[in-house]
Amino acid sequence: MKSGWTHWLAWGVLGIAALLALAPLYWMISGSFKLQSDAMQTPPEWFPEDPTLENYRHLFGAESLWTGRRPALRWMCNSLLVAVSIAAGAVMTSALAGYALGKQRFPGRRIVFWLVVATMMLPRQVALVPLYLLTVRMGWMDSYTGLIAPYLCFPFGIFLMRQFMNQLPDEILAAARIDGASEWGVYWHVVLPMSRPALGAVAIFSFMGAWNEYLWQLIVTNRPEMYTLPVGVSKLVSTLTSFDLGLAMAGATVAFVPMLAVFAMFQRYFVKGVSVGALKG
Amino acid sequence: MNTDDGGSRREWTGWLFLLPVSLPFVMFVLWPLVHGVLLSFFDVQLTETRFIGLDNYRALVDDEAFRYAIRNTCLFVVLVVPTVWLITLTIAALVYPLGRLAQSYFRLAFYLPVVAGSVCLAMVWLWIFNDQYGLLNYLSADLFGGRVDWLGRTDTALPSLAVVVISWSLGQPVIIFLAALAGIPEEVYEAATIDGAGPVRRFWHVTLPMLRPASLFVVVTQTIGVFQVFVVVLLLTVNGGPAHATRTIVYGMYETAFTPPYNFDYAAAQGSLLLVVLAVVAIVQFRLLGRQTHWN
Repeated sequence: MKSGWTHWLAWGVLGIAALLALAPLYWMISGSFKLQSDAMQTPPEWFPEDPTLENYRHLFGAESLWTGRRPALRWMCNSLLVAVSIAAGAVMTSALAGYALGKQRFPGRRIVFWLVVATMMLPRQVALVPLYLLTVRMGWMDSYTGLIAPYLCFPFGIFLMRQFMNQLPDEILAAARIDGASEWGVYWHVVLPMSRPALGAVAIFSFMGAWNEYLWQLIVTNRPEMYTLPVGVSKLVSTLTSFDLGLAMAGATVAFVPMLAVFAMFQRYFVKGVSVGALKG
Repeated sequence: MNTDDGGSRREWTGWLFLLPVSLPFVMFVLWPLVHGVLLSFFDVQLTETRFIGLDNYRALVDDEAFRYAIRNTCLFVVLVVPTVWLITLTIAALVYPLGRLAQSYFRLAFYLPVVAGSVCLAMVWLWIFNDQYGLLNYLSADLFGGRVDWLGRTDTALPSLAVVVISWSLGQPVIIFLAALAGIPEEVYEAATIDGAGPVRRFWHVTLPMLRPASLFVVVTQTIGVFQVFVVVLLLTVNGGPAHATRTIVYGMYETAFTPPYNFDYAAAQGSLLLVVLAVVAIVQFRLLGRQTHWN
């Protein structure tokens, strides 16, 4: 591996592959600074020659051509509220359930764990219609409850917490119990502080899942004020009479940047979380 | 695991910790799965609901659009899963020897599209594929001397969407393969080298077999993921067209239930069939991976 040319060949191949993978993101961000006329040019403008903020003004301006005032700001707040609530709820329920399944012995434990693994592998789409009917019956259409509640249980998060907590040394838990800690005390003061990496991973995955969710949010929201960013952005294309390229790219960029910021802050948890499901322990 | 030092009183405390998750689990995960299967045996109308047995499933057999949906979903799996496996394995094998810095750099590069999410990227690809002012047609006009309506032709539409799905599916497998490569002990390679194995044979006879669990995991998670292809179909095509060429199972389910005439029970039957297929995939994964991992 130390020999020169194979090393550089690997860098070359990988560099090209990475460029290809990132090209759509570059095209999205650079396109967001182009007017429609510039975006439609042939040959294409590889770099925006007259960068403009006009598209962002349409999205965030007081008088938007779209649904009234500052639509993107509202969508962003909706997305943020939904994703933060889902992440908080998922972390809480997953950590508790993970502790029960990883460190407690109780009747029915195997069946519960089996159910968690089974549902983890089944996407929610298969139960789309019943979930929708339930939401309608509860009167949760066009509401934050409708967007949040179905995601408070996060089977992958339970699995991840269980795997992590299961490997914490039993001696430490036993020592705390001998010191007179209650089961809740053991959980709160001993297990939770030791589980920070797993908690971070569950938080970040549920947050990203909620932020990038589309189908459910599309179905539950009808009023533009309740749209989340992905729904709002997709409607920019489907509702306007002509496909305004720059505006669509600006919308996509607005949806991407907050998630990118969160990703940058919690990057190490992503790597941990992705590999936990795959490899033992 | 075997510290059964609690009394019978502690026997049930586990359930107390499960209490908070049990309501959302039963209400939003478990019950909808059961309800979906039940719904598929009924005819749901505004005024009345009546039992129709297998009529919905019989109708599906004769439904041309549904047959296309199954065919296209399988095509997506065949096009996407092996390609993703091969690309990400190659990337990981090339990146791993380059050291920690290169690993984190490329891991980031290939994971960023996952972070961006499918809707944002679908917007960009809509532009890239556009037959008037898309990037791809600018390039293909030079290379092949003609414009191609990538998303408008029955022979290019589905492969084009498959490319999009592949492009945003690389991040997770790259991370998994890199982690698995780091888990292969150095001594194994040393032993192989002493036995006279060159780099190619080392990769073929040591690396590849050691990556088997990771490979399996990647293949199964990708398969389950590709069975849900929806966003590209909704956002990049007109109603799964042209001529049903890109219609998938989840898209068909969405269209059946949420566009007029809102046929919920018929959509539930499609969802139930998808459930059965994915359950089989999940069981296979559990069987194959269960042997190699320490789940329980």
